[in-house]
Amino acid sequence: MPRPFTPKVVTANHLLEGDVIYQTAGNDWTRELSEAEVLRDEAVAKTRLSFAEQQAATVVGAYLADVKVGPRGPEPVHFREDFRRTGPSNYHHGKQAETPQPRT
Amino acid sequence: MYRYNDFDTAFLAERNAQFRAQVERRIDGSLTEDEFKPLRLMNGLYLQLHAYMLRVAIPYGTLNSAQMRQLALLAEKWDKGYGHFTTRQNIQYNWPKLRDVPDMLDALGEVGLHAIQTSGNTIRNVTSDHFAGATAEEIADPRPVAELIRQWSTDHPEFQFLGRKFKIAITGAAHDRAVTRAHDIGLRMVRQGGEDGFEVIVGGGLGRTPMIGKVIRDFLPKADLLPYLEAILSVYNLLGRRDNKYKARIKIMVHEHGIDDIRDRVEAAFAERRAAFSGIDQELLAELEAAFAAPDFRVAPVDAFQAAYDSDPLFRSWADTNLDAHKADGYAIVSISLKAHGETPGDATAAQMRVMADLAEKFGHDELRISHEQNVILPHVHKSDLPALHATLKRHGLATANIGLISDIIACPGMDYCALATARSIPIAQEIATRFDELKLEHDVGPLKIKISGCINACGHHHVGHIGILGLDRAGVENYQVTLGGDGTETAAIGERAGPGFSADEIVPAVERLVLAYLDLRNSRDETFLAAYRRLGAAPFKAALYPEAHANAA
Repeated sequence: MPRPFTPKVVTANHLLEGDVIYQTAGNDWTRELSEAEVLRDEAVAKTRLSFAEQQAATVVGAYLADVKVGPRGPEPVHFREDFRRTGPSNYHHGKQAETPQPRT
Repeated sequence: MYRYNDFDTAFLAERNAQFRAQVERRIDGSLTEDEFKPLRLMNGLYLQLHAYMLRVAIPYGTLNSAQMRQLALLAEKWDKGYGHFTTRQNIQYNWPKLRDVPDMLDALGEVGLHAIQTSGNTIRNVTSDHFAGATAEEIADPRPVAELIRQWSTDHPEFQFLGRKFKIAITGAAHDRAVTRAHDIGLRMVRQGGEDGFEVIVGGGLGRTPMIGKVIRDFLPKADLLPYLEAILSVYNLLGRRDNKYKARIKIMVHEHGIDDIRDRVEAAFAERRAAFSGIDQELLAELEAAFAAPDFRVAPVDAFQAAYDSDPLFRSWADTNLDAHKADGYAIVSISLKAHGETPGDATAAQMRVMADLAEKFGHDELRISHEQNVILPHVHKSDLPALHATLKRHGLATANIGLISDIIACPGMDYCALATARSIPIAQEIATRFDELKLEHDVGPLKIKISGCINACGHHHVGHIGILGLDRAGVENYQVTLGGDGTETAAIGERAGPGFSADEIVPAVERLVLAYLDLRNSRDETFLAAYRRLGAAPFKAALYPEAHANAA
């Protein structure tokens, strides 16, 4: 039996800045995971990923990342995604130092 | 030191102009990412977890003060004020923006530095003994040969699309500080019947299939080096596997075909290659040897050193751990630790880089080295200057007296930065160093090399750590596997896996149990951790790591 589809977001790195971005429901990109569009249907997720991959002038390496939905929107399932949305643990650099995030 | 000639300068300027145009074409949409990626990798530009990363080569680990100051400028102007020195004598900038990278490369070019072939399936930055040209125990300074290899391998048309990356290390000393037995090719200078040459080692490497290199030629005359290297590379280029990325390194080829078969093929190729060499490489090598002539060492009394050593305990402690014997009377080799307890191994701020550059200029014949152990070396300092030098280092957080001790840990960037990592390395290194500083045990423990990698690719050399730590992802949780008894020197050995891994919370206490057990097990203060391990075997160390399993079995 196929495994049930778990919620996902489309994430990538920004071509110019190199930082982590997430696709929004408004066909835009955000630097906040909590503002990302949560995809609950596998076919829709594939379409949304394909849409992201076509934006070669903005994004690099788009993929679907697992999330769980909490009171403040999507949150990472895996620790790698937690580091991506936060920044490194040895310095207060990256996203953790830049909130509130500027919109793309 | 080698200074770029007009050809080098023009070559680099043209190459940087090409990359600038490639970046522009990527940004305007003319190049896809699939087209751009191999081009950026050829120029050392990666895309990591949080940002781009630019890896700059420090050929054979040698820098002058102007180059170090330029590295500081890059850190300050285009990064977040620091750089990370790596286990292959490179420096990595973790936060560049794509548009800025061509300017960074131009700035590096101004001082004769580049990022070419720091990535991709090519011959990578040639690494060497960080004490080269300063240690008394070497046959000759290996750096002229390393520079010859750099020039030969840079943009070598035959070797730009190898099956996989290819790493060469060279040492002129009997004591191997360059990990030559864990490189695709390791070169050890040897002398036979009054003639200088090399022992050539092939097929070493770490990563997911760690192997100690095998001797393919026990004596290669010095003049035959480049045709012999070409012969090895040409055999690898044709015979090495391209069907599976994980089987593509030369170590797998040597393992599958056997060293005798590979030797026969290389010797056949060598006969052809040697005939095609006109001798111009040896003319160039003679020029390089002149360029690397030792500085004019001065003769002066060392009373000031002795007075400070006798009166200042901090200076004495630092001198005991961070100095090594120099070939010139009255001189010392100074290792500057980039492993202050609790800090990130291998990181230096722009201000620290400038301090080290100033010290090299004032006291060190304008030379610095970067070690694969992620420290900075001033290879030539007169002992009478050491008290003043130490005082300056202290003011800038650079006087940690821990070279070769338990807190002098190699750690790769791990999942704090690296897109390939499966777990973090840096926090584990920070916690181990902090813990043993609290225990005030590290000088009592003595020489002990801990090496930490955040994935199976083993950039942190965990297989050759006396204690190796490998960070893995086990069902979505960071997990740390311990290996014991590894050795990266002339007595090279791959560490043995001790048993099940530890969680991030358990790993530091586990290392502590291991080290305390060693203190109980050693037969004297002079028996190092590695020596005790070799004498006793793994069992008592495993018992310390896994006390519950041991109790259940008992």
